[in-house]
Amino acid sequence: MKIDKNTINKIARLSRIKLDDKESEEYINDLNSILDWVEQLNEVNTENVEPLSNISSSILPKREDVSKDSNSSDEILENAPDKLEGFFAVPKVVE
Amino acid sequence: MNNLIKGEKYEWEMVIGLEIHAQVKSNSKLFSSSSTKFGSSPNSQVSLVDAAMPGMLPVINKYCVEQAVKTGIGLNAKINNYSVFDRKNYFYADLPQGYQISQYKYPIVGEGKVTIDFKDGTSKDISIVRLHLEQDAGKSLHDQNPSKTYVDLNRSGVALMEIVSEPDIRTPDEAGMYLSKIRSILMYLNTCDGNMQEGSLRADVNISVRKPGDQYGTRCEIKNLNSIKFIKQAINYEAKRQIEILESGGSIEQNTMLFNTSTGKTRPMRNKEEAHDYRYFPDPDLLPLEISQEEIEKIKLSIPELPDELKNKFIDTYKLSNYDASVLTAEKQTSDYFNKSINSDPELKNHAKIVVNWITSELFSLLKKNNLNLNNSPVSPENLGQLIKLISNNEISGKIAKDVLEVMFSTGKTARQIVDEKGLQQVTDQGEIEKVIDEVISDNPNMVKEYLDGKDKLLGFFVGQAMKKTKGKANPKILNDILKNKLNKEN
Repeated sequence: MKIDKNTINKIARLSRIKLDDKESEEYINDLNSILDWVEQLNEVNTENVEPLSNISSSILPKREDVSKDSNSSDEILENAPDKLEGFFAVPKVVE
Repeated sequence: MNNLIKGEKYEWEMVIGLEIHAQVKSNSKLFSSSSTKFGSSPNSQVSLVDAAMPGMLPVINKYCVEQAVKTGIGLNAKINNYSVFDRKNYFYADLPQGYQISQYKYPIVGEGKVTIDFKDGTSKDISIVRLHLEQDAGKSLHDQNPSKTYVDLNRSGVALMEIVSEPDIRTPDEAGMYLSKIRSILMYLNTCDGNMQEGSLRADVNISVRKPGDQYGTRCEIKNLNSIKFIKQAINYEAKRQIEILESGGSIEQNTMLFNTSTGKTRPMRNKEEAHDYRYFPDPDLLPLEISQEEIEKIKLSIPELPDELKNKFIDTYKLSNYDASVLTAEKQTSDYFNKSINSDPELKNHAKIVVNWITSELFSLLKKNNLNLNNSPVSPENLGQLIKLISNNEISGKIAKDVLEVMFSTGKTARQIVDEKGLQQVTDQGEIEKVIDEVISDNPNMVKEYLDGKDKLLGFFVGQAMKKTKGKANPKILNDILKNKLNKEN
């Protein structure tokens, strides 16, 4: 797989990152070299090998269904650039 | 059964599949300890995990996992011992993480099926593709300010079960029945509260149309419908829209639609051209979810009697029709009420059909008129049983029983009390009824003549007059018999 100008623009848009032409070029090179490096793994025969999901062989920790009263709104809204009556206020999202 | 709809030129068949989102009824969220309570002040139930603060790690709620398994069992579905949580990536103001934790390739529950019952006694199976666990998003308010959207994250991270059906549904009614059935199963299992108004249960509808026998057409998805009425309206509108395009030579563009509840129309969502590139990948913060067969068996033991089992039991025990039994079992409160009522007196077992009718027509309409439901009905199941026993024993007529029920409803008195106080016992004494009929006949000589000349309809007039004189208390069958007899003797 090769990353070209179109792909990089698409990824940038999906990630909401603005890239100028110079940056796009840099990222095309960086990402392609990463992909080339990862592609070496294709040389390994993985037929009949279960995908590894976890190197620690631990199991998913679970919690009991207990709710903690957080009364969080002040803390949660502390970093909000704009808020009103306990709500985050964001530029209008029209759908 | 013909499920086709007519266009200008051809007949068309709808092909419909539903994705139902059901909130798990739990105390805390899927990956955090915040409360799930509905209607609290905005952003008061948001932990640092829900707000996606850097460095926070999700820890799964064991109870939510069990509820998903329980629901899977209730949907006759395969439970997967191994499932994986993935990140579904997209940007939206009510999704602070920038991704939703969901399940993609390996859902917790696989294929299942549910049955829907039609009025004519037939039924149909709808296949289920999968059920997976995922996080709910926050809530956005768009209509409070012309330039701002307000965001409340209280719902963010609440556990959802997404139940996906095969495109087995062919009419808007079937879609409604399927959703009702899923809702009913969830409520019997107590895994979701089924409250559509509060959004605990909502659905996305996939719909396409085709000429009968053709391949599936291109489908559109209508998002976020929260009532059965809207689902039917949206399907009808969208099918018509697609048929008009196809018949005028156009083609359907696969699209995500929104339904406007005030105009009854669907329209495509804007800015969605990139939306379907969700770039799913396994969430590196979460290990795969493994459930042993032993745990599944343990959960199986906690499954209560479900609507279909109960329905079959009612059919067997009380000889009810498939449809009556399905109406009775659709909601747990209805079947509970029926059970209590019919078991309040051993004789009622032989009058099950009457009990059903009185619950589903008379009592339901009184409750509806007063904005109540069976759980807070002023008439207890035992008192309704007593009323029905008075009818079946011929102590009061059905017509008077309706009045009695209304008094029971407004005063809370028992049927027996009301009948005794008001002297409403049916008159079954032959002599007494004969006397009344003699009076009616002698009061109306002209009518009698007309009747005898062949105007049969007048029989109703005589019955009415006699009933009036007995204040509605005469046993209608005895009255009718004696009346016909006497009139014919006049001849």
